[in-house]
Amino acid sequence: MNWTWFHKLGSPKWFYEISGRWLPWLSISAALLILVGAVMGLAFAPPDYQQGNSFRIIYIHVPAAFLAQSTYISLAIAGIVGLVWKMKIADVAVQQAAPIGAWMTVIALLTGAVWGKPTWGAWWVWDARLTAMLILLFLYFGIIALGHAITNRDSAAKACAILAIVGVVNIPIIKYSVDWWNTLHQPATFTITEKPAMPMEMWLPLLIMTIGFYCFFAAVLLMRMRIEVLRRESRTRWAQAEVARQIGRSA
Amino acid sequence: MSNVFTLLLVRETRLMFRRPAELVNPLVFFSIVIALFPLAVGPESQLLQTISPGLLWVAALLAVLLSLDGLFRSDFEDGSLEQWVVSPHPLVVMVLAKVLAHWLYCGLALVMLSPLLALMLGLPTQHIPTLLLSLLLGTPVLSLLGAVGAALTVGLKRGGILLALLILPLYIPVLILGSGVIQAALQGLPTTGYLLWMASLTMLTLTLAPFAIAAGLRISVAE
Amino acid sequence: MTEAYLETVDLACERDWRLLFERLNVRVQPGDMLQVSGPNGSGKTSLLRLLSGLMHPSAGDVLIKGESIQQQRGELARNLLWLGHAAGIKGLLTAEENLSWLAALHHGASREQIWQALADVGLKGFEDVPCHTLSAGQQRRVALARLYLDAPALWILDEPFTALDKQAVTQLERHLAQHCEQGGMVIFTTHHHLQDRPATFRELDLGQTAL
Repeated sequence: MNWTWFHKLGSPKWFYEISGRWLPWLSISAALLILVGAVMGLAFAPPDYQQGNSFRIIYIHVPAAFLAQSTYISLAIAGIVGLVWKMKIADVAVQQAAPIGAWMTVIALLTGAVWGKPTWGAWWVWDARLTAMLILLFLYFGIIALGHAITNRDSAAKACAILAIVGVVNIPIIKYSVDWWNTLHQPATFTITEKPAMPMEMWLPLLIMTIGFYCFFAAVLLMRMRIEVLRRESRTRWAQAEVARQIGRSA
Repeated sequence: MSNVFTLLLVRETRLMFRRPAELVNPLVFFSIVIALFPLAVGPESQLLQTISPGLLWVAALLAVLLSLDGLFRSDFEDGSLEQWVVSPHPLVVMVLAKVLAHWLYCGLALVMLSPLLALMLGLPTQHIPTLLLSLLLGTPVLSLLGAVGAALTVGLKRGGILLALLILPLYIPVLILGSGVIQAALQGLPTTGYLLWMASLTMLTLTLAPFAIAAGLRISVAE
Repeated sequence: MTEAYLETVDLACERDWRLLFERLNVRVQPGDMLQVSGPNGSGKTSLLRLLSGLMHPSAGDVLIKGESIQQQRGELARNLLWLGHAAGIKGLLTAEENLSWLAALHHGASREQIWQALADVGLKGFEDVPCHTLSAGQQRRVALARLYLDAPALWILDEPFTALDKQAVTQLERHLAQHCEQGGMVIFTTHHHLQDRPATFRELDLGQTAL
C-alpha cells in the first residue's frame, strides 16, 4: 500500500491547502442538513404517543451525544497517530477537537435536563446515560486543563494524547460500571434513546441531523486547526504570505 | 533489571522512613474525613451504616489522591527523574517499583486502618472481610491511575488541583465497584462476581498503566 | 576524518515560541572535549538535554554513530553519564547511599569503590552523613564522584564547576582532561575559563550561532 498520502497529510502546508478546499463544502452541507433536519423534526415528525411533543428535543440531544462520544474516541486516535508517527497535524487536532467535544457534551447534558423535566418531573436524575455523559464532560475538562497548563506546546500535545488514550480505555469501563451502579440502586426507567421502533418520519430527521452535526463538527474543527497551523508556522514564508493575503482581503 | 527494581524499592523505603510524618499524614486525613460525616449528617446509626461503604471509599480515594501529588515531585526537582530516563534500565520497571512503594506505604496502610473506621460507622463485623478485599483490590488501581496523572503534572508549578481534575473521573469505575461490593454485601447479595470484576480491573490497570506513567514522565522531563 | 560518535544535523531548538538556535552542526568523536558557552538563555542547557535525548529537537536530528538518536536509545544510554543542574542527589540519603544508587543505574559499584570515589573528591569521613547537612559545594562533589567510578565514555555535564572551590575546580579540570586523553568524550557548559585544556578542546559559542 502506498503511504505517501499519509505522510503528506502530516505536512502543515499541505493540510492547510487541502482543508481550505474542503471547508466550504463541509460548511454548506452542515448548514443545509441541520436546517432540513430541524424543519422535518420540529414540524413534520408526528408527536410521540407517550411523550407528546417534548420528545422532539432528541433531534438535538441525540446528535450532540453521539458527537460527544465519537469526538473523545477521535481524540485518542489522533493522539495515537501523533505519538506513534510524530505527525504534527494530529497533535493540533487533539487540542483543537477537545473544546468542541466538551461543548457537545454540555449541549447533550442541557438538552437531557430540559427533556427530563416534563418526563421525570426533575431537571436532573441520576440516570445511567446522563451520569456517563457528565463523567465524559469531566474527562474533557481534564484534557483541556492539562493542555492549557503545560506551556511547551509539544509536551502539551503529547500529554493530552496520553490522557486521551488512558481515558478512552476507561470509557467502556466507566460505561459498564455506571450501568451496573444504576441497576444496583434503582430499577431501570426508560431512557431517552431507548424506544420501541421509531416510525420512519421520526428517525429520518434524526439521521439527517446527526450527519449535519458531524459535518458541522468537521467544519469547526478544520477552521480551528487552520488557525492553529498558521500560528505554529508563523515563521515560514507560506504562512506569512497567507496571513498577509487574508488581511488584504478583509481590509 | 530486577536488581534495579529491588534497589529502588529499598531506596524508596529508606526515604519514606526517614520522614515518618509523611507516612502518617494520609492515615490521619482518612480518619478526619470519616469523622466529618457523622458531624455533617448526624449520628443516626442506621443512616451511617447505609452510607458507610461510600464514605469509606470516597475518603480512601481522597487520601490516596492527596498523597499522589508528591509521588514524583521531589524526584523531578532534584534531577532523579532525568537520571532514570537516561539510564539503560527500562523506565517501566522503575515506575513499577515507585508505584509499589507508594501502594505499600499509603494504600496498604489505609486498608489496614479501614476496619477500625468501618466499625465506628457501624458496618457489621461480618462485612469487614468484604471491605478489606474491595480496598485491597481497589487501592492498587488508585495508585496506578493516580501515578499517570502525577507523571503528567509533575513539571507544573501548581499541579495539585489539576491532578485531581485529571484523575478523579478515571477513579469512578473503581469507586462504583468498590463501594458497590460492600453495599451488595449489606443487602445480602453475593459479592464474588463483583470482586472478580475488581480483580480483573486491577490486573488490567497493572498491565497498562505503567507504560502510560513512563510515557508521562518522559514528557514531563522533556518539558 | 574518523567517524563521529555523536553528531548533530541542522539541529534547531525552540522553547515557548522562541527560537534558541537553528542549523547547528556539531561533531564529537572519541577524545573530544567540547565546551558550550554563550550568554544566559542562549540554549546551552537545552542543547545538552537534546544531546542526551531528554528533549526532542524542533528540527534536525542528533546522530549517534551515524544513526538517529531515536534508534540508538540503548546505545546512548549505555555510554552516557548525564549530570544536570540538579544531579539527582537526595538530601535524606547519605552520600554513600546516593552514590551507590546512581552507580546502580549503570554498572553498579562495590562499597570499596564508592568509598574510594568519595575520597577522591575530598569527602572522606562524610560517607555516612545525610546529604542535606552538606554544603552546596560538598553536594556537588557527591554528584561528581560518579566521574571517579567506572564511568561510561560520554560525559554530558551541565555547569559541573558550580559551587566548587578553587582546588576542586583544578582537580575536576584535570580529571576531565584525563578522561579525554583516555579516549572519553566530555561535553559541558560553564562560564568559568578553563586552564587545563587537552589538545582536542573546542568551544562552541551559542551566542554567535544564535539569532
